[in-house]
Amino acid sequence: MVSDVSKHVSRTTVVIIALVLSIVAAPSRDAAAWEPRNPVEFVVPAGTGGGSDVLARFLVSIIDKHKLSPKPLVVVNKPGGGGAEALLYTKEKKEDPHTIMITPNLLFVTPLHTGIPFSWKDLTPISLLAEDLFILWVNAESPYMTAKQYLDAVKAKPLGFKMGGTAQEDQVVTHLLESAVGGLQFNYVPFKGGGEVCVNLVGKHVDSTVNNPSECVSHWKAGKVRPLAVLDRERATWVEGQWKDIPTTKEALGADIQYLMLRAIFGAPGMKKDVVEFYTGLMKKVHATPEFQKYLADNALKGSFVTGAEFVSKLDAADKQHVEVMTKHGMVKKK
Amino acid sequence: MGIVFGTVIGVLPGLGGPNGVALLLPITFSMEPTSAIIFVSCIYWGALFGGAITSILFNIPGESWSVATTFDGHPMARDGEAGKALTTAFTSSFVGALMAVAMITFFASFLADVATKFGPPEIFAIQLLTFASIIGLGGSNAFKSLASALIGFGLAAVGIDIVTGEFRLTFGTLELARGFNFIVAVIGLFGIGDILVSVEEGLRFIGVARARVRLREVFSTWRELLGHWRVFLFGSFVGFWMGFKPGGATAASFMAYGFARRFSKNPERMGKGAIEGIIAPESAAHSAGVSALLPMLVLGIPGSATAAVILGGLLIWGLQPGPLLFTEKPEFVWGLIASMYSGNVIGVVIVLTCVPLFAAILRIPFAILTPLIVVICIIGAYAPSSSMVDVWYMLGFGFVGYIFKRLDYPLAPMVLALVLGDMAETALRQSLIMSRGSVAIFFDRPISGTIMVAAIALFLLPAIGMIRRRIGRGSPAGPAIPRGD
Repeated sequence: MVSDVSKHVSRTTVVIIALVLSIVAAPSRDAAAWEPRNPVEFVVPAGTGGGSDVLARFLVSIIDKHKLSPKPLVVVNKPGGGGAEALLYTKEKKEDPHTIMITPNLLFVTPLHTGIPFSWKDLTPISLLAEDLFILWVNAESPYMTAKQYLDAVKAKPLGFKMGGTAQEDQVVTHLLESAVGGLQFNYVPFKGGGEVCVNLVGKHVDSTVNNPSECVSHWKAGKVRPLAVLDRERATWVEGQWKDIPTTKEALGADIQYLMLRAIFGAPGMKKDVVEFYTGLMKKVHATPEFQKYLADNALKGSFVTGAEFVSKLDAADKQHVEVMTKHGMVKKK
Repeated sequence: MGIVFGTVIGVLPGLGGPNGVALLLPITFSMEPTSAIIFVSCIYWGALFGGAITSILFNIPGESWSVATTFDGHPMARDGEAGKALTTAFTSSFVGALMAVAMITFFASFLADVATKFGPPEIFAIQLLTFASIIGLGGSNAFKSLASALIGFGLAAVGIDIVTGEFRLTFGTLELARGFNFIVAVIGLFGIGDILVSVEEGLRFIGVARARVRLREVFSTWRELLGHWRVFLFGSFVGFWMGFKPGGATAASFMAYGFARRFSKNPERMGKGAIEGIIAPESAAHSAGVSALLPMLVLGIPGSATAAVILGGLLIWGLQPGPLLFTEKPEFVWGLIASMYSGNVIGVVIVLTCVPLFAAILRIPFAILTPLIVVICIIGAYAPSSSMVDVWYMLGFGFVGYIFKRLDYPLAPMVLALVLGDMAETALRQSLIMSRGSVAIFFDRPISGTIMVAAIALFLLPAIGMIRRRIGRGSPAGPAIPRGD
């Protein structure tokens, strides 16, 4: 019975491999045009309603609307263990052409912090869709008009100011700010999601946050919160509106900080070249749609589409930054 | 059409609201934003209505907020009054939702302000109040209730610790790192546990032959419901205030049930098929379901998972949820509110006419029905995170549920601890980080202080009552002696 099954399975595998080979090998008009034959699993390392989930569902709906893929993409939520479940799940899917994943910086933070056997190098990098800024926000009714005023107050009262953030990821940002400015210590309060963090700032349950623009933009427009500084080397000059008026941390504090949230797409480990090309092309098309461009502008995302070697070098740099900050502040799990 | 889809989805436990809305969302992209949201909110109502059906018929809660409905709904169905139970559930849902919509219509912007006032200490205080209201729900034996609640807390602690990001109680395995999905546990505890008990009792599904299936019953039930208007009012009110926060609907349904029991004229009927036991949780859950949409619209944070999926939809329709949505896109917001009214009315008519149909399901012989229920349970466990491991967990929980029933341990405290334990713990620890270790934070803030006092009073009330009774009878207030079974 068991051998029957395995024989059957192996025969199926042979047939599939033969099919794949014939498709790959067959000289067609546009060479190397691999296309998914099954629905594609789009793994989200967060629960329904998180930032990554909303973005993933948004991408899927753009793909559906413009009919960009012959087979649908299906969002699969794997929220467990701060994304650890999703990372390991995707890692298991060796050479599966029908599994891709969207990930923010937990790609670096979670493995370092929990010690799970995973590195982003295990997966196949596809492309970077956007980079999200981090902004230092305070409540609009607070007396602090500049980042300097606020951080001076924090310096005067160590652990006396509450910094709200999403789980461990924003803790990295908080530590980065602390070490770059020097001589100050926040009382860091972790929450489960970025939207919740900003609402807690509006309700004055925390004194400041390092929210992404998308999480706070509506409250800013309504005059409830005030941005003090962008944690980047340049101002957000690429978008319309008031974003470009927010100073950088260098201008406001003389502290050279650059920390960005990657919104990256990865494929299963060892994905074939033509498969990677399909997904790269797909994401490029998505990126060019008016809906996605509007989303970028509305949320002040850095929207350059990056792929290939440039993407890998960005990942490398981000990886090094995380190892450095997290080691310094004792956030790396000892093995 | 949305409602028909929604009910179908709601009936399948686990598949529930979030997945249903996610599946059908793409259909709406070709529509106008306003008609799209109407369509989606109809699915939302449908799923809300549908959740009660399996709870009552098979003791399998379709959604986490339907758990409290099983306490009285299922016993009623077993006594051959499935039609009455379903009618009550649907009517309560309808009334609860309608009252919440009315409150939204008039107080939307004011309520948004109130919602931001709730920080971690306030959330913790509310969780405590929920526990306090449900205390003693397990029946006679306080120690068994406590044990059950503690097991629930233990299970809720499994997984990742949000404050430190460490894995807890995972024994080094990754499968445990994601913790236990609540709905998986509930399907197992109630659905499978129940089947195991029935199988042991000799393959009988009590009350099958007597399940009446006349539409006239709907009207006779309505007449009876009129007498319980206080429970309706109270349930809707509790639900509306609880719905702002994630997990609110579930907590609201339990809290309303707890209060209904406490203030009931004949509390001993509760848990055995009392009509208030259906009215309270259903009206609260639906009222909360409505108010869960409000923080999504005005604050951009979804109050429930389904609202979260709808939030994704808002983005593709080019709408930016937040405080300005009401002024920038009034036609959208009022379109949505109007659809809440009409969707509800259509929904209740559809589900009520189907009551005889649903009730008739119970006429199917047990030998055929049981495998079907097991299949529904398995689908329900697998669907939320497409994971086979969850199916094994579900079966494991089924066994636990069976043991609990055999030993006469109440399940409710465990379920409540499982669903709220994680949230309560997070809020407690966030508060203590905020105050840097001082418990005073719960009392020197006006809102949380008031709720805390109410919660503590509720905890103490039964104890005081017990002591007074003992003194009145002239017997010394010794340790409570568990009543034998």
